Amino acid sequence: MTGKYAYYPGCSLHSTGSEYDVSFRAVCEKLGIEIEEIKGWICCGTSPAHCTSKLLSLVLPFENLCLAEKMGMTDVVAPCASCFARLKTAVYEAAEDPEIARQISEALEKPLPKSINVLSPLEIFGNETDMSEAVTTQMSDLKVVCYYGCLITRPSKVMQFDECEYPMAMDDLLRSLGITTLDWSYKTDCCGGALAMTRTDVVLKLTRDILDEAKAVGANAIAVACPLCHVNLDTRQEEVEKEYGTSYGLPVFYFTQLMALAFGVASDKLGLRKHFISAEKLLSGVGL
Amino acid sequence: MMEPNLTITSPSQLAEAVLSESGQNVNLCYQCRKCAAGCPISYAMDYKPAQLIHAIRLGMDDLVLNSNTMWLCASCETCTTRCPQEVDVAKVMDAVKITALRRGIKPAIPQVASFYRAALANIKKCGRMYELGMIVGLKMRTFEFFKDAGMGMKMFSKGKLKMVPSFTGALRTWHIFSRVKNIEKKNAAHNAK
Repeated sequence: MTGKYAYYPGCSLHSTGSEYDVSFRAVCEKLGIEIEEIKGWICCGTSPAHCTSKLLSLVLPFENLCLAEKMGMTDVVAPCASCFARLKTAVYEAAEDPEIARQISEALEKPLPKSINVLSPLEIFGNETDMSEAVTTQMSDLKVVCYYGCLITRPSKVMQFDECEYPMAMDDLLRSLGITTLDWSYKTDCCGGALAMTRTDVVLKLTRDILDEAKAVGANAIAVACPLCHVNLDTRQEEVEKEYGTSYGLPVFYFTQLMALAFGVASDKLGLRKHFISAEKLLSGVGL
Repeated sequence: MMEPNLTITSPSQLAEAVLSESGQNVNLCYQCRKCAAGCPISYAMDYKPAQLIHAIRLGMDDLVLNSNTMWLCASCETCTTRCPQEVDVAKVMDAVKITALRRGIKPAIPQVASFYRAALANIKKCGRMYELGMIVGLKMRTFEFFKDAGMGMKMFSKGKLKMVPSFTGALRTWHIFSRVKNIEKKNAAHNAK
């Protein structure tokens, strides 16, 4: 594909999930995919917006889509699962209900973009015909479980992404690069998301269930596509171990980090040091 | 003799409020309880999602609006995706939260409402979420000053938290928030008529 994509990083990729940003850019560069960050983008509002005001939760994403249109672009790529869901929901709701579309336009004091496409990097990379030529590092010792979380596939009516109960997009992508991914039953189970800030007990329980299952199927790493999932699985992993007397030591990667490693990008350029659970031992075992 | 009126109508004003807020008709629910079975957090809820929906239909305002169910909802959308009647249960949860806040009812889990407020105040001021500022804002509201302090320090030392906010689009965002508020006021006045 040769088209250029408007890149919406969202707040997390500029802070807690900056390694997702770095590795996403690195993969695009290796594959010759052109991206341009949306100028002046603002927060999509995420859960706090849709939990308190429907209109606000649709207006904030559309401001960013309008900015993308102003740059002359119709394809917007949003790596963060929550941003991806909020942008897609806004487009869906406006198309379903002309009155809500009118109110969004009134709040933004501008017309809404006529045609705009919101994409996940999983879709963009999945459309690349053959990436195996770009692979320089074989990581055949890795046994990865792909954790999709909630918002990439749900609600299926809005997201129209893969099979919502058992998606394969990330598995297919990593397998095409020679990385082993395992079948498991927690691909789309919730990690508790933003409840980590307020009801940490819930997040620790849900995260434990996910880590338990990953370990049970014999995984030595987890791949994610959401900065919030990453925070809960990686940053809180030691807390889970302490709370439940378990031991996992499972490094959690953004799938883009694994892609970049397979393409030969140096591991110190991918923000791996920002992870709480070190991947050093695992990666030295596979020759990195 | 007068013909009895056999039309089943919903006497529940709460169901009407949910409908106008979210577009979701809870009267479509036939209690299959798939939402409750699939909900990852139902174990911690005082009423399962299917029970809450039933209570909305019965107009049990006090029970519904004081329940902890909607405040525990993580918006994972499993219920929404699986409902055979295509009731968007997660949207119903949002609508119940919004209704409770509007009626001035103290949330069963106040920290969650505080988190929403702290996050939105932060976005309104900064344009983009400034995590460190949001966390401080949340602590000022919940008085849980030492919660996650160790983890926060470690995140900070690993460069996961930014020191200074960006303020890109801050003024624009502030205007968007005020215009949304005005439109919502207009809508509320229109609905009250």
